[in-house]
Amino acid sequence: MAGVELKNVVKSFGAVTAVKDVDVTFDEGSFTTLLGPSGCGKTTILRMVAGLEAPTGGDILVAGKRVNDVPIHKRNLGLVFQNYALFPHRTIGQNIAFGLKYRGVSKSDAATKVKRALDIVRLPGVEDRYPTQLSGGQQQRIALARAIVIEPDVLLLDEPLSALDANLREEMRVELKAIQHRIGVTSIFVTHDQSEALAMSDKIIVMSDGKVQQVGAPEEVYNNPANEFVASFLGASNILDVTVAGSDQDSIALSTAHFGTIPVPRSRATNLGDGSSGRLVVRAEKLQLVVPGSKVTGVGAKGTVEAVDYQGQIARYFVKVGDLQLQAMNMIEGRPFGAGTEVTVQINPQDCSVLPAEVK
Amino acid sequence: MRAWGLIRLYTILVYVFMFAPIAVVLMLAFNNSQFGGFPIEGFSLRWFYKLAENEAIVRAFKTSLSLGLLTALVATTIGILASLALVRYEFRGKDLITTMLISPVLVPETVLAVGLLIFLRWLHMPRSFLLLLLGHSIIALPFVVLVVQARLVGIKKEYEEAARSLGASPFQTFLTITLPLLLPAVFAGALFAFTISFDNITATIFWRPTGMETVPTQIFGMLRNSVSPEINALGFVMIVITVGVPLLAGALARYFARKKT
Repeated sequence: MAGVELKNVVKSFGAVTAVKDVDVTFDEGSFTTLLGPSGCGKTTILRMVAGLEAPTGGDILVAGKRVNDVPIHKRNLGLVFQNYALFPHRTIGQNIAFGLKYRGVSKSDAATKVKRALDIVRLPGVEDRYPTQLSGGQQQRIALARAIVIEPDVLLLDEPLSALDANLREEMRVELKAIQHRIGVTSIFVTHDQSEALAMSDKIIVMSDGKVQQVGAPEEVYNNPANEFVASFLGASNILDVTVAGSDQDSIALSTAHFGTIPVPRSRATNLGDGSSGRLVVRAEKLQLVVPGSKVTGVGAKGTVEAVDYQGQIARYFVKVGDLQLQAMNMIEGRPFGAGTEVTVQINPQDCSVLPAEVK
Repeated sequence: MRAWGLIRLYTILVYVFMFAPIAVVLMLAFNNSQFGGFPIEGFSLRWFYKLAENEAIVRAFKTSLSLGLLTALVATTIGILASLALVRYEFRGKDLITTMLISPVLVPETVLAVGLLIFLRWLHMPRSFLLLLLGHSIIALPFVVLVVQARLVGIKKEYEEAARSLGASPFQTFLTITLPLLLPAVFAGALFAFTISFDNITATIFWRPTGMETVPTQIFGMLRNSVSPEINALGFVMIVITVGVPLLAGALARYFARKKT
């Protein structure tokens, strides 16, 4: 078991730089997610840690040792792919025992270990079947068993759930996390799915355009996005232009075009000076729609519901306030608001976070 | 409807035109008569016995067989390695090398044959069995490369990456993962190579050392004198080999595939 460290890692493919000067740590025994849209460099980082790509610059350390020049088969890593990559010409038992052969494990020990690994992924007794005889979800469990049976220093998961259908994916992510927690292996998980990242990770590294945008615990990244990219990539957010109108000990007063002045607690706003402009981020689920005339907590503005996306327990509303298009995700109490309904849109200052205006 | 009837008739005639000569050879191989021709005078295996007693033919047969097997071995080995390089790696001049590997199919065989002969004269090397083997391998190589490459493209790179992540060296990965998955194509390529070598005549006439005969050149030589019924028997044997071996291989492959699942 060991931590992984990337120091100023750069990776270029010809003229394209896929990873730009990335400096991150993956703590020992933790489950860290590299999250970002496709082409953001997250898979390239995973492949560099695996040894499938060589970094153009910088160092990769596993357990404090530089591994840049260590070939993949000597790195002792578990690798799980999106498409399972089980060897089709080998039985499940042979697939799982594959890595043990190169570690000098005797045949009888290997059989025991294979059995234990199958128990861990809750698929006992399938040793003699071939991969094509199992379903996608089962195949991915076998792939996981094959990766953990060698007791790897690091477990690398490259979008392992993306090929599964929605229900199975949610079930597998709970299970995958439980297995990781139980064996305590340092895990690096690559995904573009924010809900997977939020549900499973100890730490999330949000990436875009080859650069790290934010590193933090799921709640931290979700509630205090470091920039607009993170705010809009993780869940739906409303972003308003604001200027600092004044401040006192506890809060900073931000003036907005549609909601008047919002007194945001100091802790929620990074140091903004008087008169400077910024961007106010309000999560869609924190933007509350109420019947006009009801008591408003925080600040409110008149709006019109333009469209409703009914999702059962909750509804996603597209609301227009003046010329501003906003999104609200609200629990439905009674009946949802219909399109065209006049509502009051309210913002609780406690739920806002403030970013400095993007320097373009 | 009448138009379709005509097309059907036309198609049948084309097939008759293509296969009748072969059928004639197959039938006449069992004709008792000294002079090959219809009507068949009686069923007999005497030409096959005569064939087995004809030392020149047996020698030619052995030459062809070993030449074919060795060509299959050489062309398949080089073909696998070339395909691996072309499919799995990026390097400069890849397109050029692909074209060069495939070019023996495109160049007329006579030109290829003369070219290689001139090249060897320049090197002051005599014609030999080795040259013949080399030449046949060049002719068979494109087929092996095309077949193996097509299969290799379909084998996901992740299999190899998974094997290596589990501790297999590149060579161990090739032996335990890539080669077994590639086997049907390797087998097909080897069969192609064998068949191409076994019935090649144009280039063989240029390349064979004096006194060495393969089955096709032997038949060609015998035809210059007369059409002996032995040739029909020999033709029968060759057809059985060139058609039968791939069929048998296909049947075996299906048998093993069924057994596995």
